[in-house]
Amino acid sequence: MGYIYPNEFEVGWGILIVIYPFISGIIAGAFLIASLYRLFNVVSLKPVFRLSLLVSLAFLLSTNFPLTTHLGHPERAFEIIVTPHTSSAMAVFGYESLYLLVILTLILLYEYRKQLVSLIENGARSVIYKVLTLGDYDVSEKAVESDRKIGYYIMWIALPSVIFLHGYVGFIFGSVKANPWWNTALMPLIFLISGIVSGIALILLLYFIVSKVRNEVVDNSCVESLSSFLLLFLTIGISLELLEIAHFMYLQEEGVEIISELITQKLFASFALQLGVGGLLPIVILFCGKFSRSTDIKKAVYTLSSLLVLIGVFSMRWNVIIGGQLISKSLRGFADYHIQIFGQEGLITAITALAIPFFILWVLAKIFPLKEA
Amino acid sequence: MKRRGFLAAILGVAGSLTGIKLEVRALTYNWSEHSYFFVVDVTECIGCGRCVVACKVENDVPEHFFRTWVERYIWYEGEIKVDSPEGGFYGFPEIDDEDVMKSYFVPKLCNQCENPPCVQVCPVGATYRTPDGVVLVDEEYCIGCRYCIQACPYGARYLYPLNGKVESRRNTADKCTFCYHRITKNSKPACVEVCPTRARRIFDMGDEKQKEELFKIIENSSIRVLKPEQGTKPRVFYIGIDSEVR
Repeated sequence: MGYIYPNEFEVGWGILIVIYPFISGIIAGAFLIASLYRLFNVVSLKPVFRLSLLVSLAFLLSTNFPLTTHLGHPERAFEIIVTPHTSSAMAVFGYESLYLLVILTLILLYEYRKQLVSLIENGARSVIYKVLTLGDYDVSEKAVESDRKIGYYIMWIALPSVIFLHGYVGFIFGSVKANPWWNTALMPLIFLISGIVSGIALILLLYFIVSKVRNEVVDNSCVESLSSFLLLFLTIGISLELLEIAHFMYLQEEGVEIISELITQKLFASFALQLGVGGLLPIVILFCGKFSRSTDIKKAVYTLSSLLVLIGVFSMRWNVIIGGQLISKSLRGFADYHIQIFGQEGLITAITALAIPFFILWVLAKIFPLKEA
Repeated sequence: MKRRGFLAAILGVAGSLTGIKLEVRALTYNWSEHSYFFVVDVTECIGCGRCVVACKVENDVPEHFFRTWVERYIWYEGEIKVDSPEGGFYGFPEIDDEDVMKSYFVPKLCNQCENPPCVQVCPVGATYRTPDGVVLVDEEYCIGCRYCIQACPYGARYLYPLNGKVESRRNTADKCTFCYHRITKNSKPACVEVCPTRARRIFDMGDEKQKEELFKIIENSSIRVLKPEQGTKPRVFYIGIDSEVR
């Protein structure tokens, strides 16, 4: 449609690069929930504290898969860490994710040490637990209190780091000045808030699922808190996304025509998913759900809202990353993106990339109990 | 020796000597003594596409991708249409329309920016700028992340496909190099060499004569660069384009 530069017929960043910020955004949301309990004393979130920590770690461990798989030369991926080009925004990612991995692992080990020691005594998976306690079996009150304090202080370091990580992911796209759809200072903020939203939605969903599987009673005050935070951040996120579009339309700068065509025609369906089905609709039903007296209705509303929000955030990633590449830099036409089933960037690889964090979470939950002893 | 054999021998010796001379120049080439600029005179371009063909052959550019291409701008009343069928490889079909106000051809290539966003974003430094002002890609080092392709405002880069002829380039970023393997041997880029109207010309500021010639062109013509608002400081100067050319 229209004119595109000849080399633009190929969309360079496909579905794997859509999945990458989707996964890393969930880290931000999940870790925020853990921080709200531990650092800001939102006690109602205690039932999901450990789940949030495990989700953060599982998703962090999974971010590299879509990135590395998408590379033309995955075998050279390690060069980003060995010989980074310091002027590149992308070069920071390797260090940032490694640093976060260390910090999140430390938080987890300090949180769990006491319980892991008790598990050694019980003999189950002893070798793994012995390694994870790093040989420190002291479970005196003083030692446990010391663990709690150290974990607390590390979390204070981790919180801004996690927020920075996802803001930075937005920066990777927002700093591409060649692309009028990406080049906005709002991008890091939009990515961060939508990431937080998706993380909270996933924790809410997982909490329902885990409770159902384990036949446990859902803590209503925890669910209420989670849904309130979801509603709050979703409202902020959707407002920011609408503001961004308003900003483009109001400024009427070069590229406004093609951007408006992208939103209203080329990607109309996925924009409807992002802002309508995955944005405004969950805001309305979450708000209405708050007034219901039936816990079953609330549960259904929150489950549905969380699912819609996750679809909406995924659509947002799609609209930014794929949408940005559909617009020709000649500003005169659109490229097309067709996803394949097989291949390096095919649908099967994408589904694998989305499944990996849940598999890792399952493994982590086998090692680190979700409930305190 | 027959006359034909004698001539062939003479040509062979002369060719070898020229080859040796070029190789010697390549070995003694000092990139800090050169600085390249490119001039595209749109008023001279006839859209024959020979530059596109020459570039493809010279640089093993795979099918569907381009290190250089030619666009045609057709001005109608209240509307501008742009086309570039196969990058202009086969030339352009005639326009048979009385409503056309004007039309012209615009050859495109890497602008070898002085402030190249592609170099800035490369996470491993595989894309770099040489002291003589050319942006190159180290194909043995490029990880194929495509960030440079996203960052280039001119669509001048592409990922060399797996079915491309040059094995070492596969799945790495590829782009126009001003035919670096030629200019460092005192030869012209392939596209400049074959251009029948001298619409494409290269100037080495390290050469006093060429420097003077470029200054004369700048003095006598209205020069524009593409997308100056991007702050990339292109080294490809255009004569005769409208602001609509992006």
